[in-house]
Amino acid sequence: MTEQAPPPQGVTVFLVDDHALFRSGVKAELSRAGSAGPGTGAGILVIGEAGSVDEAVAGIGHLRPDVVLLDVHLPGGGGAEVLRRVRAAQPDVVFLALSVSDAAEDVIAVIRAGARGYVTKTISGRELVDAVHRVHAGDPVFSPRLAGFVLDAFSQRPGAAPVGDPELDLLTPRERDVLRLLARGYAYKEIAAELFISVKTVETHVSSVLRKTQLSNRYALSRWASDRRLV
Amino acid sequence: MTLMTHPGRRVTIPGVSTPPEHAPVPSPGPVGVPAPGPAPEPATRAVLCRGRSGRVVGGVASGIADHLGVPVLWVRVVFVVLAGLGGAGLLGYGLLWAFVPEGADAGDRPGTAREQQQAIGLVALGVGLALAAAALGNSWSGWVTGPLGVALVGAAVVWREADETQRRRWMSGAGAVFGGGRTGVLRVLAGVGLVVAGITVFLLNQVDLGQVQFGLLAVVATLVGVAVLTVPWWLRLVRDLGEERRARIRTEERAEIAAHLHDSVLQTLALIQQQSGSGREVRRLARGQERELRSWLYGPLGYGRAGREPVRGSLSETLAAVAGEVEDTYAVSVEVVFVGDCPADEALAPLVLASREAMVNAARHAGVGEVSLYAEVEPTEVHVFVRDRGAGFDPGAVPEDRHGLADSIHGRMERHGGTVKVRTGPGEGTEVQLAMPRPESGEHT
Repeated sequence: MTEQAPPPQGVTVFLVDDHALFRSGVKAELSRAGSAGPGTGAGILVIGEAGSVDEAVAGIGHLRPDVVLLDVHLPGGGGAEVLRRVRAAQPDVVFLALSVSDAAEDVIAVIRAGARGYVTKTISGRELVDAVHRVHAGDPVFSPRLAGFVLDAFSQRPGAAPVGDPELDLLTPRERDVLRLLARGYAYKEIAAELFISVKTVETHVSSVLRKTQLSNRYALSRWASDRRLV
Repeated sequence: MTLMTHPGRRVTIPGVSTPPEHAPVPSPGPVGVPAPGPAPEPATRAVLCRGRSGRVVGGVASGIADHLGVPVLWVRVVFVVLAGLGGAGLLGYGLLWAFVPEGADAGDRPGTAREQQQAIGLVALGVGLALAAAALGNSWSGWVTGPLGVALVGAAVVWREADETQRRRWMSGAGAVFGGGRTGVLRVLAGVGLVVAGITVFLLNQVDLGQVQFGLLAVVATLVGVAVLTVPWWLRLVRDLGEERRARIRTEERAEIAAHLHDSVLQTLALIQQQSGSGREVRRLARGQERELRSWLYGPLGYGRAGREPVRGSLSETLAAVAGEVEDTYAVSVEVVFVGDCPADEALAPLVLASREAMVNAARHAGVGEVSLYAEVEPTEVHVFVRDRGAGFDPGAVPEDRHGLADSIHGRMERHGGTVKVRTGPGEGTEVQLAMPRPESGEHT
């Protein structure tokens, strides 16, 4: 499934989740899927884990992992707080949000705080390995649900907020097409085939959507967050 | 016994700058009335009994001082003052001496020589005052002693009936009466003045004004005085009521959550343990419970609608319910993603039914556990995509007698002006794409 070959030394991963049982489950899943054979995403190494915001900030600062798998709900401020405290000091650490939450404000909040992607905890081990490699390679990972939230936030329906900065507040038709296919559960490769573009172009569109989601001040985005006083 | 901070010999009330010496004299009555003003709150309140070691006459004063936690000198001074008022102090002391039991080891502070001297002086003074008051006749002291005696006896009765917590609350409440620094003192003085004036006028109603008018005036003045004095108690009462109400709401919420978790999650876990042999059944139960809990947690519609005004009978709600039915019936999981929403009116019913049929087909024939449904509401059209990554099929090779796709989906959609596209192939999974025009565009909320 991966478009990028894993780097020879492997990808180092740091796990942040307040449920120890879930952490050990993910670790087992990653090692099983990671060593399932050639072709699957091999070379993932879990180098540390944490169960709270403070532990996570300390652990990430000390171990300098490539990718952090971050739970949205954590004691001490949540995943967004970890992002705020780590990203200033270590901008090269990549975060992938991993949560059971279905709430738009939770998902959008961690994305806007700087996470490069969001997947639900029901994801299979193989898909998780794939997602880790993808964010490590610099590409966003959009679950169908996240794609749906973003489409909703940028919708141009009657009653939607006026557009302030067209560059940030509007999606291009192509970006919208890509997001729709993501929401329908298509993989990047399938989207590329469907739209007659290269996988690289799909990745570029998704990165652009991620940037707009993080930077746009669309009312719909801020409303989700401000409803729960997250901004 | 609750742990309380021990403030020493003074109540530390924020904003009170007056030292206890300048605060109004405490007036513990013969039977032990709460002393307003500087009253430390001992961690353990001593039982009222007469002191032995610090006694001068009968140990009554030191016993009361221990019980209330005030300096024994103040108690003695109060007795002396009361003795001057028609001998009430002497009477009260005598009664207490008779009725209060002697403590076994009470009075843990042996009186110093100076204290003894002081006390003996006070005894002499009290007896002298009582004699002087008797000699002067009752004209002055009578109307003060009467009401004061009644008030003290009443307060003493209440004090004895109250439990430990209430007493402590009253003590701090009494502190609050004198709280608030200069304004607090002014308020107390004004209140006391009004009460005294009211009672005085009421008792000396032989003045030359109209009797009724004057009586009314006296009553009003007394009531106002009492109201001014008791302002902190009223405030406390209102606060307590609010606090109680909040606590009750919290309790009810906890009870509701507990009841919900019991009815749903615990029941499901019990069922899962019973069915642990059947993977399919466990999966179905777990998925159904997950769906139910999510919709309960994330708002009336669930499925990512949190923070939005729920549209009753909306398309998203209807489709989510249908997806839930399919999940329960066929033990698959359907991931539902919505963009936009609209009311689920009659015209969209065929779309909902066709979506259901597509999900059922995917669940029955694809051979995978996951189906995804994506619905997007646009101003003029509604799109629904039902997709699986399962076996797929060759559309040309579908036998004639398989009516599911032809009738339930194609026929139904086309009769109502919708369109159907199916993308599939052996081993490629299946995606059913449904589109239905919306009856009245612009009705979108």
